[in-house]
Amino acid sequence: MKITKEEVIHVANLARLDMDEALIDKFAKQIGTILEYVDTLNRVDTEGVTPTSHAISLTNAFRKDDVKEDFGKDSALANAPEKEDGNFIVPKIIG
Amino acid sequence: MKLHELTIQQAHRLIKQKKISSQELTRAVLDRIDDVEKNVDAYITVADEMAMDQARLADKAISKGNFSTLTGIPLAIKDLICTKGLRTTCASRILENFVPPYDATVIEKLKKEGAVIVGKANMDEFAMGSSTENSGFKPTHNPWDLMRIPGGSSGGSAAAIAAGMCIGSLGSDTGGSIRQPASHCGVVGMKPTYGRVSRFGLVAFASSLDQIGPLTKDVTDCAILMNVISGHDPADSTSVPVDVPDYTSFLNDGLKGIVVGIPKEYSTTKGIDPDVSDAVRRAVDKIEDLGAECVELSLPHTEHVVAAYYVIAPSEASSNLARYDGVKYGYRDKNKGNLIEMYRSTRSKGFGQEVQRRIILGTYSLSAGYYDAYYGKASQIRTLIIEDFKKAFETCHVILSPVTPSTAFKIGEMIDDPLTMYLSDIFTISANLAGIPGMSVPCGFSSAGLPIGLQIMGKHFNEGTLIRVAYNFEQATDFHKKKPKF
Repeated sequence: MKITKEEVIHVANLARLDMDEALIDKFAKQIGTILEYVDTLNRVDTEGVTPTSHAISLTNAFRKDDVKEDFGKDSALANAPEKEDGNFIVPKIIG
Repeated sequence: MKLHELTIQQAHRLIKQKKISSQELTRAVLDRIDDVEKNVDAYITVADEMAMDQARLADKAISKGNFSTLTGIPLAIKDLICTKGLRTTCASRILENFVPPYDATVIEKLKKEGAVIVGKANMDEFAMGSSTENSGFKPTHNPWDLMRIPGGSSGGSAAAIAAGMCIGSLGSDTGGSIRQPASHCGVVGMKPTYGRVSRFGLVAFASSLDQIGPLTKDVTDCAILMNVISGHDPADSTSVPVDVPDYTSFLNDGLKGIVVGIPKEYSTTKGIDPDVSDAVRRAVDKIEDLGAECVELSLPHTEHVVAAYYVIAPSEASSNLARYDGVKYGYRDKNKGNLIEMYRSTRSKGFGQEVQRRIILGTYSLSAGYYDAYYGKASQIRTLIIEDFKKAFETCHVILSPVTPSTAFKIGEMIDDPLTMYLSDIFTISANLAGIPGMSVPCGFSSAGLPIGLQIMGKHFNEGTLIRVAYNFEQATDFHKKKPKF
């Protein structure tokens, strides 16, 4: 198998996803098939080829550091699942 | 002709002549949605009241003589483009109740013209898919055969256009998500050059590949919408400050002097439906008859585009989707103990399977020990694909090909076979990797009566040439005039 169940569990942990046994099995098989296909890229000689991350060459976009109107606190918080006194509420972080 | 069947240009003419009002037109489209939505399921949200309010405002502007081509025209917007005060879900449970506090730049531009937004169109969750079956809410049905997929990921936008449930629409295209559903639903779709249209307010899937573009009933409407949505935006640092031409001006030119390239690799691609290759061959002949010159050319790395894409796109997605953590917006699983457990449970319950599959694939490709072998290698192949196109465009103005190897498949047919589904993106993916514009225009029907699309690709920022070729072909054929019956 191209990707083991243990690797799927490891990667799921990195990506902050919970998975049951059945899904881990299914993903190991499906992603394994996809990775085997992706391995066909190794047939191409890419020695010395510069990698591309953007098809259009980008230049740094500078602008003046002007103060502009923002959303305001209320609308920035409007979609928060839990909030209190103008703050986002999260579960306890430090024991 | 019924009002909901009108094109943007036809509707605009009637509005200008005061034969119809925007309110009448918008009401007709909303009534049409009422009639057929149960069969098509093209929308996630229909914005009845908001749309009628916008139509009233448009009519007021029109009565003062203050209007443009899009004023009062009802549009469908793919549900991953942020609309202020109107729910934007990306077809994901994780954003089920998300109401954006701002408009995407393209929406701001449409509103400035007085366009009417009738609703938010269904799609594959986070634009990941080729069938709209991966919507977290419901699959959309192809108006030409309700048992079949409309294509994806902009399947709701394409189906709404084909079924007369809007006058024009916007979608987004990361690997073919405008062109492939346009092809399957028999409508016109354009993926502009990367950087032509602002991505500000477009929920990100793969940031180096995503572009917003129009899906319309004909080529003229495509030019009209391109005129409005194109241009540099200071809020999107990847949008490019290149002048925007009047795209409708390209509708006047013939095809004399145009050289079209036919990649030899595309005819040897395995699994092309003979109905599709026949229709595309006839389309190429037609374009030659109309005065263009045809040359054969080579895109040697064609067989590697799908593999490169399915490393690059999931890698970017896994990073972009890290923001959905149940803190600032969206769904949160409130039953979980500490912060990490809350993240994990929220994401696992909020994301559908295809999204999780791609997050795993992308995270794996980027993880320690695998980066060079996968993401690094794919990014080098991307360079070779770009060089293929550069070389090809030394000998031609546009490249013609099928949009997809086959016509629309049946709902459920491929859902558990992700690789086969991915392979059907072979003709569309290159344009995203190379950042070039690509267009789908109707070019025929299969023996089963399903639409087939012709893809036209061009050089960076040469959308006008695509529109010119597509318009000449459209005017010489009548595939775009056929409507699905149901």
